[in-house]
Amino acid sequence: MTKSKFDAIVIGAGMSGNAAAYSMASRGLKVLQLERGEHPGSKNVQGAILYANMLGAIIPNFRDDAPLERHLVEQRFWLMDDSSHTGVHYRSDDFNELKPNRYTIIRAQFDKWFSSKVREAGGTVLCETTATKLARDQSGRVIGVYTDREGGVILADVVVLAEGVNGLLGTRAGLRDMPKPEHVALAVKEMHFLPEEVIAERFGLTDGEGCVIEAGGTISRGMAGLGFLYTNKESISVGIGCLVSGLAANMENPYRLLDAFKQHPSIRPLLAGSEIKEYAAHLIPEGGFKAIPQLFGNGWVVVGDAAQLNNAVHREGSNLAMTSGLMAGEAIFQIKSRGGLMTKRNLSLYKGMLDKSFVMQDLMKHKDLPSLLHTDSHNFFMTYPTLISQAAQNFVRVDGAPKINGEKATAAAFINARSRWGLISDAVRSAVSWR
Amino acid sequence: MKATIIERIEDKLYQNRYLVDTGRPHIAVRPHLSPSPNLLALTQICPAKCYELNEIGQVAIVSDGCLECGTCRVLCEASGDIEWNYPRGGFGVLFKFG
Ligand SMILES: Cc1cc2nc3c(=O)[nH]c(=O)nc-3n(C[C@H](O)[C@H](O)[C@H](O)COP(=O)(O)OP(=O)(O)OC[C@H]3O[C@@H](n4cnc5c(N)ncnc54)[C@H](O)[C@@H]3O)c2cc1C
Ligand code: SF4
Repeated sequence: MTKSKFDAIVIGAGMSGNAAAYSMASRGLKVLQLERGEHPGSKNVQGAILYANMLGAIIPNFRDDAPLERHLVEQRFWLMDDSSHTGVHYRSDDFNELKPNRYTIIRAQFDKWFSSKVREAGGTVLCETTATKLARDQSGRVIGVYTDREGGVILADVVVLAEGVNGLLGTRAGLRDMPKPEHVALAVKEMHFLPEEVIAERFGLTDGEGCVIEAGGTISRGMAGLGFLYTNKESISVGIGCLVSGLAANMENPYRLLDAFKQHPSIRPLLAGSEIKEYAAHLIPEGGFKAIPQLFGNGWVVVGDAAQLNNAVHREGSNLAMTSGLMAGEAIFQIKSRGGLMTKRNLSLYKGMLDKSFVMQDLMKHKDLPSLLHTDSHNFFMTYPTLISQAAQNFVRVDGAPKINGEKATAAAFINARSRWGLISDAVRSAVSWR
Repeated sequence: MKATIIERIEDKLYQNRYLVDTGRPHIAVRPHLSPSPNLLALTQICPAKCYELNEIGQVAIVSDGCLECGTCRVLCEASGDIEWNYPRGGFGVLFKFG
């Protein structure tokens, strides 16, 4: 490696790292980006829904050549018990707009494309290179990184830690804590391939349209967790995620949960006949606002999943990652262009930008939800889904008994399971944390 | 009908691409007499079934099929039950889709 010093080193070429590297390189800064994968994306796992506005803020004409699968026209939310689902489906032709709002993507392909933009903008991207340690001077200021390649320290004015949820550098250097088991979900996911026409027919889609399903209920066996099924062009991403603390306490096996989800009578027909081509696993930060660590210091900033900037309630992460990366890049550029040093004080500009954006405001809004779901998971993921299914069945089934019997049975089932007070308290607490 | 076809984890991992760094495992289990509850949990919750209980009731790891998710690190690194690193650059799991 050259002895020259960089304006910035970015650790990681995922969503946040690419956004940061691109925003700095395209403004003329001298950027080095390190990625441990064979190519950008080869270590990354996502559902995956891409939010167009946030990418558009970085690369406005991305639709010209980004690898996009389908634009979403339909979203289904399913509450499941073992044999049924109760669903809310939202579908609108408004989403067939000139510049669609959401797309499905495949991360291994998308990250490669995003990284090619960093290179085009003049950034140096080094793959198959794991950063092993931060270099610091006597005062503790971060001055560069060591890697597993030959050669010593690589120096830079600032290091952008875009190393993802399982980032080692920042945690080992004591800049932030390791994620706690109750603040991360383990998601397992498979890629099921089917011909494009078959997917279109099964989900009622034409042209490039896509549909996604988010599913909660007894499929996570009383643990806080969610299943998902997303349509790509010629494949379906199917997966399930549960908090690591829940899995450990219940000694549950994630791939058996996934297999059971796939075998659910509501899911199985959607996947029938598909060819599985990959099985992946990844953590998702779910601690929310209260788990966000210190975001900047002397010579460093942290962005994306590494900083727990992930909105588990709305299943958004990549957009928070991209936006935080972009803002870190902009802040660094602004400091640099007025001749400032990368001190903690100056870098607080990044946090200031983030606070004003949707990133912090959305996370703040739901700050109490993660702990509610964690402490009350059995009710939210076992009791209520079962009750709601029974209620729906009581309503729908026609069996010659007076309707009042069914309604009474429904009310009694809810009260038996949770008591009146329990129901009221759950309702109030959910409403408050949602507000 | 509630037929459940349990797929074997080996069959799942077989779909994946790996570049194994032979002779340089990236995760190690600290020698122990009997496993802590968290270490024991890994025999169930590791998504690649890398952890197994051996004949004498200790937890052992074969990290070749590791998906690098970090679950075991989050549960067991702080207590020193395991030592966790990323594989060297370029090695390990290579997702085709992710
Ligand atoms: C199953 C699943 C489904 C999801 N679904 C969605 C969704 O539908 N929509 C959405 O918006 N978000 C979703 N997310 C969340 C989203 O994937 C993340 O929020 C996003 O990827 C975070 O981006 P990042 O750049 O911070 O981290 P990552 O994308 O994880 O990137 C980190 C990068 O750093 C590299 N790296 C780490 N350490 C080093 C090192 N020491 N040296 C060199 N390189 C290193 C890694 O190889 C990786 O490329 C999902 C996540 C999962 C797991
Ligand atoms: S990192 Fe994940 S896949 Fe690898 S051994 Fe740990 S738990 Fe298993």
